[in-house]
Parts: sequence; structure tokens; C-alpha cells
Amino acid sequence: MFAAGFMMNAWTTATIVAVVAGVVGYFVVLRGSAFPAHAIPKGAFAGAAGASLLGINTLIGLGVFSLLGALGIGSLGRRGRHDVVTALALVMMLALGAAFLSRTTEYEPEIYSLLFGEILGVNTSEILPIALMGLACIAAIAVIYRPLMLSSIVPEVAEARGVRGYRIEICFLVVVALATTMTVPVVGALLIFSLMIGPPAAARSLTSRPVLAMILSVVIALVTAWVAIAASYLYNWPVGFFVGALGALSYGIGRGWAAWRRTRARPAPRLASAAEGA
Amino acid sequence: MHPLYTAVFEPGFFASPQVHIAAVLGGVVAIVSAVTGVFTVMRGQSFGGHALSDVSAAGGSAALLIGLSPVAGFVGLGIAGAAVMDMIGVRRLRGRDLATGIVLGTAIGLTALFLYLTTTSGATTGAVQQILFGSIFTTSSGTIPAVAILGVVALGSIATVGRPLLLSTVSPDIAAARGVPVRLVGLIYMLALAVSVGLSSLAVGAVLSTALLIGPAAAALRLTRRVASAIGIACLIGVIATGLGVLLAYDSYYWGSSHLGLPVSFFIVAVIFVTYLASGLPAAWARARNREAAAPPLTPPRTARSQHERRGPGGERGSTA
Repeated sequence: MFAAGFMMNAWTTATIVAVVAGVVGYFVVLRGSAFPAHAIPKGAFAGAAGASLLGINTLIGLGVFSLLGALGIGSLGRRGRHDVVTALALVMMLALGAAFLSRTTEYEPEIYSLLFGEILGVNTSEILPIALMGLACIAAIAVIYRPLMLSSIVPEVAEARGVRGYRIEICFLVVVALATTMTVPVVGALLIFSLMIGPPAAARSLTSRPVLAMILSVVIALVTAWVAIAASYLYNWPVGFFVGALGALSYGIGRGWAAWRRTRARPAPRLASAAEGA
Repeated sequence: MHPLYTAVFEPGFFASPQVHIAAVLGGVVAIVSAVTGVFTVMRGQSFGGHALSDVSAAGGSAALLIGLSPVAGFVGLGIAGAAVMDMIGVRRLRGRDLATGIVLGTAIGLTALFLYLTTTSGATTGAVQQILFGSIFTTSSGTIPAVAILGVVALGSIATVGRPLLLSTVSPDIAAARGVPVRLVGLIYMLALAVSVGLSSLAVGAVLSTALLIGPAAAALRLTRRVASAIGIACLIGVIATGLGVLLAYDSYYWGSSHLGLPVSFFIVAVIFVTYLASGLPAAWARARNREAAAPPLTPPRTARSQHERRGPGGERGSTA
């Protein structure tokens, strides 16, 4: 499992992807941006289809489309409702993808791997760009850390302190777009989402301290990715299935743990705990 | 025939049985989606509405794998997904976002597995594309009765809980004080949404399902404050966009010399997207006139506008973000 070269590549890229997903995902969950975090990678898939139509590098297509998606969601979301414009931006990008695909004679497994990932097929030459983009994501989060945290938790206070919510939103969406571009070829357009939601959500229900939660989120994401690869290697089922299942499982465990701790901490009247759970 | 007429309607448009099926299916789906969509947009559950299309696609791929009827797969798993979303906390705004995400992530994982097993076990070319994008032009006429019945079920359940649903959408607190079972009404609405989305992803594919659910309703709610007229306008936009999209897709076959038509979903989504953008124009025009009238504004115009936008009509309670 560790000897073959392609497996080493898989372990390395999965580690990078999991760290980025853990950190970026923490803010996705904190800000309640699960929908953009789903829409940008899925829409970016259309960019990959366009790139294969034009015969250029897939990464360029992914990058352009995820950036367009992020800016479109950010700027349209100023006027209209956020979830509405996210949905519309997503379907517009997917419709373009359908148009591109109707023009290519792309082999079906390639589409499948773009959507669901092909982590076992990562080349050694692809690791460096992925690592650089991952570093850029982490660096960007570190730079905007304080305003981002403030505007995620208490948007009104952040606004009063002179943090432009709109600018932070755009910056954050661009980081999501960057994370998308690097991860889609590896884990696929659909599964980066699972990795950005499940582990951070679990971490947040385990602790409320931000830095600790972020570290936990990275750890859970790493375990999820590693176990998924190992299981996929052993059972020959798609990596994506294991990532999705483990993400949901870790969230369930986190929720269960939080509920157990609550009932233990204060055996409050039933009404109060019922309201808490609602 | 008049040259302009043949330029708009390429030869054989009205005779083609595919066009008939597409028009009937598209029309039914557009109306059901538009009515459900008005509530979806007002309740801020676009993410849920979209996620359910992916969840029901997982059901579709499961049905494909074990040889079940696709209707059962799409609608069955969609309903199950909606119930789980409601269970883990679809009611609170933040928790709802997360619950939807978790269910969606699991469903995507399952889709990956089912599609993998399907593509390795048998020769089902086009399965991936069919499930992800779908196409009206390839739907068989046999699904029309099922789609129509399910559409009636979805519309019927929304009509049954219509008033309490509206009240608990606009103000859950007032509704609860008046004795409306907000939780139950919300659950019934979610199940109706699941049926509606399930049938639309089966009939027209996941992309169009979300587009027809959100686009016409969002555009209508930007044009009017009244719910009844919003529903009417949304239905109109949905049906016109579908018809126009089918026509353009049919015509696109004759554009250029390559005879490679563009997919119908592309045209329908494009029409809807443009309509949504255009629906913002009246409000933008009114804003521009107000700005001229109320010279020097007391507050910086940007904040003033966004404040107003957040408290605007149609239950604009801010987004999940």
C-alpha cells in the first residue's frame, strides 16, 4: 500500500488537500457558506469541460471558472439573496458545462473522475502546483484571519470596526475558489465539499475555541482522507464514497458527543434541553 | 410558409414527437417548480432545494443499479433526504445550512459508489451524464403520467398547508403564537419540495431542476410583493423559458453546418438567468430615481441601500451567510 509510487503520490496530495480543506472548511462552516462551497467546485467542473474542449490545461479551466463563480456569487449576492444567486450561478455554470460536453467526445470515465476524483492517478509533476496553491490558500487565510473571524462571528461588530463585510466575503470566496482549483483534479468536484463540511462541523461540535477547532478540523480531515484512500485501495471502491461516508460519520459522532456532554453537564428540565436541540 | 416563420420555427418543430414530450414534461415541471419555488425562495431554502436534486440523483443511480423504477429511486431517496435534513436541524438558519451540507455530502458519496458499481457491472453508457445533467429530449413518454401525478401530489400538499405555510414563512413567531404547528408545516413543505424536486430531476435533470425551482420564483419575487401574483408570474416565466429553450435547442441543430445541437438545458438556464438579471432592473431604476430626488444622502448610499435590501419584501430575511 505504501510501496508503489502512485500510492506515495496519493498519500502526499491527500495530505495537502486535507489540510487545506480542514482550514478553509472551518470558515465555511462558521460562516454558513456551505452552498457556495458546494457550488464553486461543482460549477468549476464546467471549466474543466471547457478546457478539454479547447485543448488547454484542465487547471486553467478550473481556475477561471471557479474564480468567475466566486466573483459572480459575491457581486450578485450584494443585491439579491445569497442562496438564490448561488443557485443561479451554479446552474448557469453547469449549463455551460453541459453545452461544452455536448461538443466534445470526452470519454465517460474522464468526466466521472473529474466529478468524483481520481486520487490514485496523481502524477508526480502535479504535486508541486498543488502544494503551492495549498500554501497560498493557507497564507491567504492567515492574512485575513482576524477580520475574517470577526465578520464570520459578529458581522455587525466587524462592520462597526470598519471591516467591509463585502470585501471579506469576496476574499473568502476567492480562497474557496483557489482551494477548489487545486483539489478538483484530485478528489473531484463533488467530494471536496464533503471534506470541507464534515470534519469542520465535527470539530466545531467538539470545541468552541477557534484555533483548537481548526486544528481538530485538520486532524479529522486528515484521518478521513487517509482512511478513505486505504479503504479504497483495499476494497477497490471509489475514494469519494468513503470520504462522504466518513464525513457524515464524523459529524454524527461530533453531534452525539456534544449532546452527551450537554446532558451530563446540566440535567436541566426537559423543556430546556428540547429547545436546545431544536 | 412565411420566411420569418420558418426562420423562427425550423422545419418539423411542431411535428416532432420529441418536442411534444419535451413541451408537456417541461411545462408540467416548470409550473410545479415555480409554485414550490416561491416558498423555497421566501424561506431561504435554495440550498436545500438544490441539494435535494443531488440526493434524488443518488436515488436514481441506486435504482439504475438494482433495476428499480427510476421514479421510485428519485422520489424515494429525495423524500428520505428531506426527512433527514428536517431531523438534523433544517429549521435554524445556520444549522439548516450544515444539515443540508451533511446530507448532500453523504448523497454525493453514495452517487459515486452507485455509479461506479453500475459502470463496472454493465454497459450503461451515458449513465453519468444522464444522471448529472439529464435531458428532456431523451425522456420517454411513459414517464409523463408518473410526473403528472407526482406534480399534483406536490401542488396539492402545498395548497393544503398554503396559509399556515405562508404565515410560518413570513414570521415563524407569529405563526407559533397563533397556534400554527410550525414544525409540522415545515416538514410537510420539505416533503412537497422533495417530491417536486425528485420529479423534476427525473424529468429534466438536476441542473434544470434547480434552475426552474429558483430562477423564476426569485425573479417574480423581485417584481412583486404579493405572493399570489409572484406565483403567477413565476409560473409564466418558467413556462415561457422552457418553451423558448426547447425551441432554441431545436433550432440550434440547424445553426452552422456541423449539425451539433446545443443541449436544451443550456438554453433554458440561459433564458432564466437573463430573466433574473433583468428582474433587478425596475428596482435599480427606482433606486437611481430616489437617489436623484433625495440629494445629499445622510448616510453613505451603499450601506443605506443594502440595509433597505435586507428588509425588503417577500420575507427577505437575509441569507444564510
